Amino acid sequence: MKAVITVTGKDSVGIIARVSAMCTEYNANIVDITQSVLSEYFAMIMLVEIGKLTIPFADFADKMADAGKACGLDIRAMHEDIFNTMHHI
Amino acid sequence: MLNITDILETIGMIREENLDIRTITMGISLLDCVSEDENRVCEKVYDKITRTAKNLVSVGCDIEKKYGIPIVNKRVSVTPVSLIGGEMSPEGYLKLAHTLQRAAENLGINFIGGYSALVHKGMTQGEKNLISVIPEALAETQMVCSSVNVATTKAGINMDAIRMMGSAIKRAAYLTRDNNSIGCAKLVVFANVPEDNPFMAGAFHGVGEPDHVINVGVSGPGVVAAAIKRAGDCDLSELADVIKKTAFKITRVGQLVASEAAERLDTPFGIIDLSLAPTPAIGDSVAHILEEMGLESCGGCGTTAALAMLNDAVKKGGVMASSHVGGLSGAFIPVSEDAGMIAAVERGALTLEKLEAMTAVCSVGLDMIAIPGDVSEDVICGIIADEISIGVANTKTTAVRVIPAYGKKEGDAVSFGGLLGYAPVMSVKPYSPACFVARGGRIPAPIHSLKN
Repeated sequence: MKAVITVTGKDSVGIIARVSAMCTEYNANIVDITQSVLSEYFAMIMLVEIGKLTIPFADFADKMADAGKACGLDIRAMHEDIFNTMHHI
Repeated sequence: MLNITDILETIGMIREENLDIRTITMGISLLDCVSEDENRVCEKVYDKITRTAKNLVSVGCDIEKKYGIPIVNKRVSVTPVSLIGGEMSPEGYLKLAHTLQRAAENLGINFIGGYSALVHKGMTQGEKNLISVIPEALAETQMVCSSVNVATTKAGINMDAIRMMGSAIKRAAYLTRDNNSIGCAKLVVFANVPEDNPFMAGAFHGVGEPDHVINVGVSGPGVVAAAIKRAGDCDLSELADVIKKTAFKITRVGQLVASEAAERLDTPFGIIDLSLAPTPAIGDSVAHILEEMGLESCGGCGTTAALAMLNDAVKKGGVMASSHVGGLSGAFIPVSEDAGMIAAVERGALTLEKLEAMTAVCSVGLDMIAIPGDVSEDVICGIIADEISIGVANTKTTAVRVIPAYGKKEGDAVSFGGLLGYAPVMSVKPYSPACFVARGGRIPAPIHSLKN
């Protein structure tokens, strides 16, 4: 079972480190990371395995969103099924 | 395998284009709550609703978090109460409205629908009793929604029922006069009402339905408008394709949410309602889609054609994305709930007559339209009869939800707040249909051959 974490916002030092640290804290295994910076605008997409999360996924998503708000970023953790369902038949 | 473009497209739809699941509605049968004693009926109704839907809100919130998509409303629809109330007194029916309100408050849901009656061919004494207290019920409760089906293509139009509804609408407006006549926003008069509609105020749980069921209404006018904008200068065949593909994606999300909600609540999945339901928020308007398609203003010439094409393409795209489609399914055109419709009325482009024409090709009908408070009961009956005739003749659902805003005149505005929005008071022709309406009786069912 996987989730997609997307981080968007103004680029700053340590964004990946911060999100990765939270993944470690709640036992989400990072499977893949893609990131790009376009005229100071940062976009990262992280695929994580959530089968062994130490907290319910809804709480994990809340914590990510809160962490994003605290540093002016939009961080969303969403179950991969929403993307699979929408884009694949 | 997921690719970045797809992920960013989905995120963009949710963040920039207001994609949401408009409602998860649990339909609950109350047929097992019948009793000779009014108080006992109320007790059984309260217990059944609060027991069956006890996890609806928490499951809805959990799914919202899991997929990162807003689920705006969690609602309950019940068996039309006239079917379980039987010959209950008007006071008994009023007590039942308060019972539904208490159950809704206990569950933490947004609305409860089903304070309803199906009277397309005639009325029992119980149904007359119910309709007589609908205005009081709407004034004394906040979450209870009411609907009355006054016509079907097979039965014709019950003009006696329309007369009662004209009077009920005026009285509801008066009783809620301190709150912009908001009672009327919770009351719908239908023709060919669907039994599995998840949208308020017309939702109820039909008699052919299982004990309880999950129906989901999707939304997404902003997503469709943005896709049309991106498509740029293309012909109408290509544009129809763009709309279909977008509707497909929106509906797939609805199907995902519906399946998961049904499984978690251990409730059968009923239908997805493929509707483009606007909100007053900027970028969530059906009128703006029509303007994005190439109209200078919604309401101008060409509006009916554009809306017909939009409605058809949404259905074609949506049906393949869902295992079961039902409810109202189409584009909604509620004036007060759509920033583009409000603007079109204010600039004088959109009139009641044009809205009536538009309802011939899209979902529902004359919806959330504020009219002057001094419009007579007879004229309101005429508005209802006209709109209902369009549904009956075209074998489709139509409905009327007008608000004769007490003390307001043309050019004023009423604000209901939240999803119900804000409505400029529209002009209504003053000529009276009183003698026609007063004849009463039934308009016979239309013939369905010799079509012209």
